[in-house]
Amino acid sequence: MSTTTTSATREGSGKSTRRIAPRRRPRVIDGVATPGPVESTLKGIILTLACAVVILPFVGVFSTSLASPEQVIKAGGFVLFPTSIDFTAYKMIFSGGVVTRALGVTAFVTIIGTTLSLALTATLGWALSRRGSFANRPLLLLVLISLLFGPGIIPSYLVVERLGLLDTLWALIIPTSVSAFNVVVVRAFFVQLPQEILDSAKVDGAGELQLFLRIALPLSKPVFAVIGLFYGVGYWNAFFNALLYLSDASKWPLQMVLRTYVVQDTQLGGQDLGIDTASLPPQTSLQMAILVVSIVPVLVVYPFLQRHFAKGMLTGAVKG
Amino acid sequence: MTAGVDERTGSPGTSAAPEAEHPPPTRPTVPWWKRMWRDRTVLLFALPGMAVIIVFQYLALGGNVIAFQDFQPYLGISKSLWVGFENFQILFNGDPEFLGALRNTLIITALQTVFVFPAPIILALMLHSLVSNKVRQLVQSVLYLPHFLSWVIVVALFQQVLGGAGLLNNFLRANGWEPIDIIGNADVFYALITSQVIWKDTGWATILFLAVLAGIDKSLYEAAAVDGASRWRQTWHVTLPGMRPIIIMLFILKLGDSLSVGFEQLILQQDAVGIGVAQVLDTYVYNNGVVGGYWGVSAAVGLVKGLVGLVLVLMANKIAHMFGEEGVYKA
Repeated sequence: MSTTTTSATREGSGKSTRRIAPRRRPRVIDGVATPGPVESTLKGIILTLACAVVILPFVGVFSTSLASPEQVIKAGGFVLFPTSIDFTAYKMIFSGGVVTRALGVTAFVTIIGTTLSLALTATLGWALSRRGSFANRPLLLLVLISLLFGPGIIPSYLVVERLGLLDTLWALIIPTSVSAFNVVVVRAFFVQLPQEILDSAKVDGAGELQLFLRIALPLSKPVFAVIGLFYGVGYWNAFFNALLYLSDASKWPLQMVLRTYVVQDTQLGGQDLGIDTASLPPQTSLQMAILVVSIVPVLVVYPFLQRHFAKGMLTGAVKG
Repeated sequence: MTAGVDERTGSPGTSAAPEAEHPPPTRPTVPWWKRMWRDRTVLLFALPGMAVIIVFQYLALGGNVIAFQDFQPYLGISKSLWVGFENFQILFNGDPEFLGALRNTLIITALQTVFVFPAPIILALMLHSLVSNKVRQLVQSVLYLPHFLSWVIVVALFQQVLGGAGLLNNFLRANGWEPIDIIGNADVFYALITSQVIWKDTGWATILFLAVLAGIDKSLYEAAAVDGASRWRQTWHVTLPGMRPIIIMLFILKLGDSLSVGFEQLILQQDAVGIGVAQVLDTYVYNNGVVGGYWGVSAAVGLVKGLVGLVLVLMANKIAHMFGEEGVYKA
């Protein structure tokens, strides 16, 4: 838990005098001697390889999406080093066809879904943190037990069908709107808020709603930032629910479009893209552009996520 | 556990109810409806979120009754015919499709237990022993990333890299070697999906192990060093015992999940390699039930799958307790 925080502050202060002392510690921790040369080299090679294996596909996808049609055709697929930059593929997928529409759907689901999820998680987490209130333990137990099982594919489908949510975008939002795990994390955070602050606010005449809005929420912004990002990424990536609940292709989110045109390699024609089919760039360029469009938002929020997730995860894991 | 038993403190004035003016009750002598009224604001806070959990987790469980029906969607649960345990015969009458799905599930679970489960432990040990914090953070940032990509993206990336016109085969061809048939080749399918899981989640899975490693008492290492323990012996006698509880906990959770092996991952790649190797229990339930219309039979398979998973978790937890470990939960 402390690894990220301590190293972050250390980087921040950045003075060489401060750096020497903590650096020596791991050698003590790891025992008699620092790792031998063979071990260090081996470790270096393995970790470098692992990083390369993760990064290389991204580089390839970005490069191919930007490479000129001639180069893509000549390479017969993937291009690692584009000789010239060409944005045609992006212009085409943004010209109002399936991809643009799917992007709109996904953006809608992500924004509305994340907002709803945060509201539901915060209020439920707050209620469960009020220990000693009516039915507090049974409700908490219901939330915890729900972590242990899933209802199954068909029962979930039947509920969504019964509620009339099939083929609506709400089917992508409501069933997954409350993550019991996140509720437990939020509750754990609220529980450890200093009780004196809450008590003194109560003395000043604050009601439950004011305690929640004026005290609890402002104090827990970081937790909600992390949980919001997790929910957001979840909605952005959601594929299973779309596959299960949406048969109407006009309501497809981005992941379904990705599956159809990239994974299943269905030809993306001019009418799908909403343009006159004079000259389409190679399918590979279009596919890579769609991939980039679906990856970039995750890459953008990733640094923010990364700064917090160790802490967020662990409050849940330790106190859950 | 019923409501009312655990009103230990009756936390003072949790709402602006009139009772709040009186001294707070210390024992549960107040009748439950009064306490309910007193805490009505808190309960209202809980209502929307609880409603979602109750409807989509608990109420949904009720849908499993169609496992005992000849369910027809246009008739609904109330009008469909009840057939007792007829649907469950599929589990025992040697239906080749079901047996195939079961076999594939077990193979994939076994592969994941052997190759996927230990990977983050090894990686965490490596990361932990890195001397430079900066390097470690950089490596962590890179390796955590794939966890946040959807399965659709991961499968697409693998196709682009390993496919017929992919990075690897273009490289091989350019150097005059024979291309390798990986994507869509049933013979290497299990190796492919296992490596996909490793690629996607190994980095992220280190996060808990690293936290535990950081918490191991440093004096234990020093004591071991004084006793002349080498680095490997220290790892064996100090580090691994320190990690044991978390390893056991995650193993129990994995066991409970052992019949669910990546629905999204497999449904995305089924068309390419065929149902023979790529049908697992979850995709069987989906393909047979939601797509194929054999609702009752599929629900029966899903129900048994869920129950077996639950029993596995409870059993594993029990066994962990017997060996004096903490397990996932107590009681």
